[in-house]
Amino acid sequence: MTRLAVPKTYKLYIGGKFPRSESGRVYEVVSKRGDFIANAAKASRKDARDAVVAARAAISGWAGSTAYNRGQVLYRIAELLEGRRAQFIDEIVQSEGLNAAAASAQVNEAIDRWVWYAGWADKYVQVAGNANPVAGPYFNISVPEPTGVVAIVAPQGAGSLVGFVSAIAPALVAGNTVVVIANETMPLSAISLSEVLATSDVPGGVVNVLTGSPAEIAPWLAGHADVNALDLVGAGALDWVDLQIIAADTLKRVFPPENGPDAATPSLDRITGFTETKTVWHTKALI
Amino acid sequence: MTISTQLATRERTLSLLGGEATDANLRRYLHGIPGIDAVGLEQRAAALGTRSIKTTSKARAIDTIIGLIDLTTLEGADTPGKVRSLVAKALTPDPGDPECPRVAAVCVYGDMVPYAVAALGAAHSAGTDEGVNVAAVATAFPSGRASLAVKLADTADAVAAGADEIDMVIDRGAFLSGRYGQVFDEIVAVKSACVRPDGSVAHLKVILETGELNTYDNVRRASWLAILAGGDFIKTSTGKVSPAATLPVTLSMLEVVRDWHRLTGEKIGVKPAGGIRTSKDAIKYLVTVAETVGEEWLVPSLFRFGASSLLNDVLLQRQKLTTGRYSGPDYVTID
Repeated sequence: MTRLAVPKTYKLYIGGKFPRSESGRVYEVVSKRGDFIANAAKASRKDARDAVVAARAAISGWAGSTAYNRGQVLYRIAELLEGRRAQFIDEIVQSEGLNAAAASAQVNEAIDRWVWYAGWADKYVQVAGNANPVAGPYFNISVPEPTGVVAIVAPQGAGSLVGFVSAIAPALVAGNTVVVIANETMPLSAISLSEVLATSDVPGGVVNVLTGSPAEIAPWLAGHADVNALDLVGAGALDWVDLQIIAADTLKRVFPPENGPDAATPSLDRITGFTETKTVWHTKALI
Repeated sequence: MTISTQLATRERTLSLLGGEATDANLRRYLHGIPGIDAVGLEQRAAALGTRSIKTTSKARAIDTIIGLIDLTTLEGADTPGKVRSLVAKALTPDPGDPECPRVAAVCVYGDMVPYAVAALGAAHSAGTDEGVNVAAVATAFPSGRASLAVKLADTADAVAAGADEIDMVIDRGAFLSGRYGQVFDEIVAVKSACVRPDGSVAHLKVILETGELNTYDNVRRASWLAILAGGDFIKTSTGKVSPAATLPVTLSMLEVVRDWHRLTGEKIGVKPAGGIRTSKDAIKYLVTVAETVGEEWLVPSLFRFGASSLLNDVLLQRQKLTTGRYSGPDYVTID
């Protein structure tokens, strides 16, 4: 007996839930050769708005958790990625047209990067913070704190999983929450990763994944007054100078696009880039 | 409204009831009112909530909503300072945009009225149509559990301090046990306590606390009772009981107001309060008012929103419409 395949229609990931796009739109995800793989939701500006609301609501819980706990939660995601590696390899093979070995190498790289960032959660403050010398009987201490809601345009080229992981992981380390526009033509890795996040200990709303057109959604996020930082790492093909100008109106932190195979290489700068420095004075002693 | 029209209200009520406002007469009258089709009411309210209000209509709706808001703070932790900042917000809801209209009134506890009046200064309406009103909750708000003497003293106190509007609560216990005469007499007594020595009158809003009345039929009866007794406004809730204002409940009260207008030509106001937090919700109420009693009700003297957090959401929507970009909670005040 012949069996009908069940083509999937994926949804967005906003506030820990999987809603359809408010617009009701979907688009076809096709393989390198042009074969149909699945339907993905095509997010609208209102989905982006809802995602920012969810991300804002999630900040107090995520940034308020201890650094150690955040590291554990992030590390747990790496474990879940490891458990689902067959699915990720399969999707990368389908959508990027790689062979299984190359896809496996990409999944390994993504997991390694995730573990690397998870380890920084309770360490970056020691490196980025400082006890400043002052001319008086005071402690003067600077500590980095999360900036808030970070909007990210994920890398749009090959390496759909590793690019997505490299874009969101550093922002999460410090306690920021994230609204990310996934790879438009190869969104499957991002969608599967949101399924991983939904079953992990990451609170709903900490990561919000929008699939669809970055050209359509990014300007709304760049202009959104409730977004604190804008990572344009995957926005090289967009009119990203305009996005920077729009973002400057509301004093956002902005990361420029990066292209090529070295895009979004793990670095401490990507963590500290999404932080604000708080400096406190405290008397040394009362004599 | 003067004392003579108040007397006329009483005469008319007595002729409608066909006798004195006793429990028996009121019961005969209120229970003679046709019952409510609850399913139909909810369906009607849901249908009215589906209208799509966009662009210029939305801009107009938002400015209308701001002009209809009773900006409220009713917390045990209220201080004169908090009331002053509330008044500042009432006068300039959006400091970044001088075109933004003022709210209709500030609503505070009775002991905070002097501070609200002082903070408003020349912007206080004080009986005129211009400026911002001061509304005070009275009669042992929110429970209403006090003797009539205490309730009247509470009211007289707020009126003497300069309140333009009194939000009273009915005795829900008495209403639910069928002592309609007692509820009626209390409203009449509070109404007379709203009169100042110079003959001017504070408007009386009667809070039905629909969340405690259990059925739509009771809401309809309580609405009729409050109007018969001379209330200028009927208000859904105190905001302290859940559920507070809902669209079907407000719709049923608007229907009473419409019927009363047809019967007597008199226009009674309606104030949904509590639980209206988004401009989207508020717009549904505007549609319901316009479709039930008509657009002429969308003025501060006949319709109000009792709300505290609604204003911020409306301001965010307003900023989105003016700038074309989404705004955030950093751009409105923290209340």
